[in-house]
Amino acid sequence: MRSSAMRDMMAITARPEVISLAGGLPDTSTFPPEAFAAEMDRIAKTSVAEVLQYGPTEGIDLVREQIAKVMAAEDMRIDPMDVTVTTGGQQAIDLITKVLIDPGDALICDAPTYPGAIPTFCSYEADIIQIECDSDGMKIDILEQTLAELAAKGRKPKFIYSVPTFQNPGGATLSLERRHRLVALAREHEILVVEDNPYGLLRYEGDPLPTLYSLDGGNYVVYLGTFSKILSAGLRIGWIVSPTPIREKVVLGKAASDLCTSTLTQDFAGEYFKKDRWREYVDDLVAIYRNRRDAMVGAMSEYFPHGTTWTKPEGGLFVWATLPDVIDTEDLLAKALTKGVAFVPGTGAYVDGRGASSMRLNFSGVKEDEIIEGIRRIGKVAREHLALYETMTGTDEMRLPPRPEDPEEER
Amino acid sequence: MKVALLQGGRSLERGVSLRSGARVAEALSDIGHEVEVLDLGPDLVAKLEGIRPDVAFIALHGTEGEDGTVQALLDLLDIPHTGPGVAACQRCMDKSLAKHILRENGLPTPNWVTYSEAAIRDFGAASSFQRAVDTVGLPLVAKPASQGSSLGVKVVTRAEDIPGALMTALSYDNRAILETWVSGRELAVSVLGDQVLPIVEAIPTDNNAYDFEARYEIGGASFVCPAELSDEDADEVNRVALAAYNALGCSGFSRVDLILGDDGPQILEINAIPGLTETSLLPQAAEAAGVEFEAMVARIIDLAL
Repeated sequence: MRSSAMRDMMAITARPEVISLAGGLPDTSTFPPEAFAAEMDRIAKTSVAEVLQYGPTEGIDLVREQIAKVMAAEDMRIDPMDVTVTTGGQQAIDLITKVLIDPGDALICDAPTYPGAIPTFCSYEADIIQIECDSDGMKIDILEQTLAELAAKGRKPKFIYSVPTFQNPGGATLSLERRHRLVALAREHEILVVEDNPYGLLRYEGDPLPTLYSLDGGNYVVYLGTFSKILSAGLRIGWIVSPTPIREKVVLGKAASDLCTSTLTQDFAGEYFKKDRWREYVDDLVAIYRNRRDAMVGAMSEYFPHGTTWTKPEGGLFVWATLPDVIDTEDLLAKALTKGVAFVPGTGAYVDGRGASSMRLNFSGVKEDEIIEGIRRIGKVAREHLALYETMTGTDEMRLPPRPEDPEEER
Repeated sequence: MKVALLQGGRSLERGVSLRSGARVAEALSDIGHEVEVLDLGPDLVAKLEGIRPDVAFIALHGTEGEDGTVQALLDLLDIPHTGPGVAACQRCMDKSLAKHILRENGLPTPNWVTYSEAAIRDFGAASSFQRAVDTVGLPLVAKPASQGSSLGVKVVTRAEDIPGALMTALSYDNRAILETWVSGRELAVSVLGDQVLPIVEAIPTDNNAYDFEARYEIGGASFVCPAELSDEDADEVNRVALAAYNALGCSGFSRVDLILGDDGPQILEINAIPGLTETSLLPQAAEAAGVEFEAMVARIIDLAL
C-alpha cells in the first residue's frame, strides 16, 4: 500500500460489522471440533514432554514424511529429507530470499504478485522485476526477453518467484505449455524457479496441471508449500523442498530466525495427515469454496459497473477485478469502508504503482450471503464514483465497450 | 479518578486512534487513574452509563470522534471530556467553515473554493472549474473538507487534472475544497490549555516542492522542534496560531497547521484532537517545552474538569 495512512485505514476491517473481502483467510470454522479434540487428547496422553520441547530445525521427521505424502497427491515424488519445515509459507518465502539474495540482486516475479512477498523482497533489498501475467499466467515471451536484456547487461536474476497455480492475487493459472517453457528456460539459463503452491489442491473445476517441480524433477525448481489453506493457517506450518546445498543454508537461516517450528503444531499436523481423513476435509473445503467463488462472480456480473473485468479462477481463494481506469481503487476503498466492506487495492501487488484500478477480492473467508452483500456495496460505490466522474468530464458511460458475456475472456 | 478512554471508532483514522489510545491508557494508569478503555459501538452509551466515569479522555480522530458527535453525547450524559467542545470540534472538522471563521477574524488562510458532491452531480458545478482555477490559481491542493489526516489530498498543477483530484477528495467526504498551494515552511503549533508549545517544523526529505503527499509518508519528512525561526517570525506564527485556536473556540488542546511563506504565515487547518502517538507532533512539542507525556496527559485531564 502507498502509505501508512492507508494501512491505518485498514484497521477498520477488524470491526465486526465490516464484511472483509480483503483477507486471505481459509474458513477454519469448517474444521470438525471433534477431530481437533481427538488430536489434542492423543497429545495429552502420549506426547506432552515432546511437544513442549524444542525440535530439530529442519522439522520433525513425521511431518516431513507427511509433507511428502501431501505432495504426492499432486504427483510430486520427493525425499522427505529434502524438506525443511517452516513457520508458515511466509517464512518459506523469507528464508529463500534471505539465503539467495544479496542487496541489489535481481529477482523476477509475477505482475501482479503475492502482495505479502513484496515487503519480504524489499527487506532484503532485492531489485524486483515484475513480468506481466494474462489469463495463462506469466507471459514467458516477456520473461525470455527480460532475461536476455539482463544478460546483455551482465546481470542474472537470482531466482524467479511465481505462484503458478490459482495465483494470488490474479487468480490465473500458468498454462501447461508455459510451464514447460518456464522449466526449460530455467535449465537453459541455470536460474532457480521458486514455485509457491499454497492452493494447488483447492481446485474447483478442470484437470490439475503438473507442478513446475514435477516437470523439472527438483533440479532448478525450489518448491514452497503450506498447510495453511488445506488444514489451518493458525498452525503456522509451511515447507521448502530444495536441493541439498540450498537446504543446508535454509536450515542455518532458520536456526538464526526461530530455531524450529512449533513442535506442538507439527505433532498435531503430522498425526492428522497420517490419517486419510485429510482428503475428505480438503474435498469439503473445495465444495464450500466453489460455492463462494460462484456467489462472488455471480454478484459481480450483477453489480459491478460496465467496463469492469475479472478473473474466474478454477481454484484458490481470490478473484482479481479491474475497473475502468479512471477509478483509483485506493480511493474506492475509502468509500467502501464507510459502507462496511473491504478489499485489497491492486497497487499492493506491484512495486511500480501499477494496479491502481484493480482490486483483489477473497471469497474463502466469508459466507455466500455476505459475499453477495459485500460485492453489492462495492458495485454501488464504484458506479456512483464513475457517475460522478462522467458528470465532471462529460463522458458518456466512459465510452467503454459493453460488458462481455464471459468476463474471463476479456482478461 | 475513573477515566473512560474512548478510542478506535469507525473513522478512517481508527488505526492512529488505537495507537494514540494505547499510549494514553498506559500514561493514565501510570499516574494512578483507573482506566476503562471503550471502543465506539452500539453499546457506547450503556457502557458509559454503567461506568459513570469522572471524565472521558477522547483519543479518537476523524469523523464521529473529532467532529462533535461523541462530545455531544458526553455532554448529554453529563460526563466531562478532554479536548474542545462540540461547536469547536464541528468548526475545526469542517475545513471550509474553519477557513470562513478565520477570514472573518482577519486571520490569514489561503484562498479556496468548496465543492459538494451534490453541487457537481446535480447542479452542473463542473462547468465552474475554470472559475475555481482563476480564484485559487495553480498549483492548487484538492482535499476532502473533513478528514483529519493526509488522506485524499492531491496537488493539481493542470486544470484538466481537477476532476481526478476531486474524485479522490470526494472519496473521503461528500465535500471537497480546492485551496491555493502556498510554498513555504510547514509548521505546526500545538496549544495546551492557554500555553502555546514550541513550534514544530516538518522538513520534506526530498526536494520536490510539489510532492506534498510524500511528506506524510514515513520517512517523507523529518521534524524539528523547536523550529529554527527568527524571533519575529516565531512571534507572528504563535500569535496567528493562538488567535486561530481562540477564534474557533478550542479548549483543552488542539494543533494549528500553517505554512510560513514569503507573505507571512497562512493557516491551513486546525486539528481539534491531534494525534498522541509516539511520532505525533503535540507530544513532541510538549516534550520540547519540558512537559513529558504523562504530565501532558495529566494536564489534559485537569483542563477537562
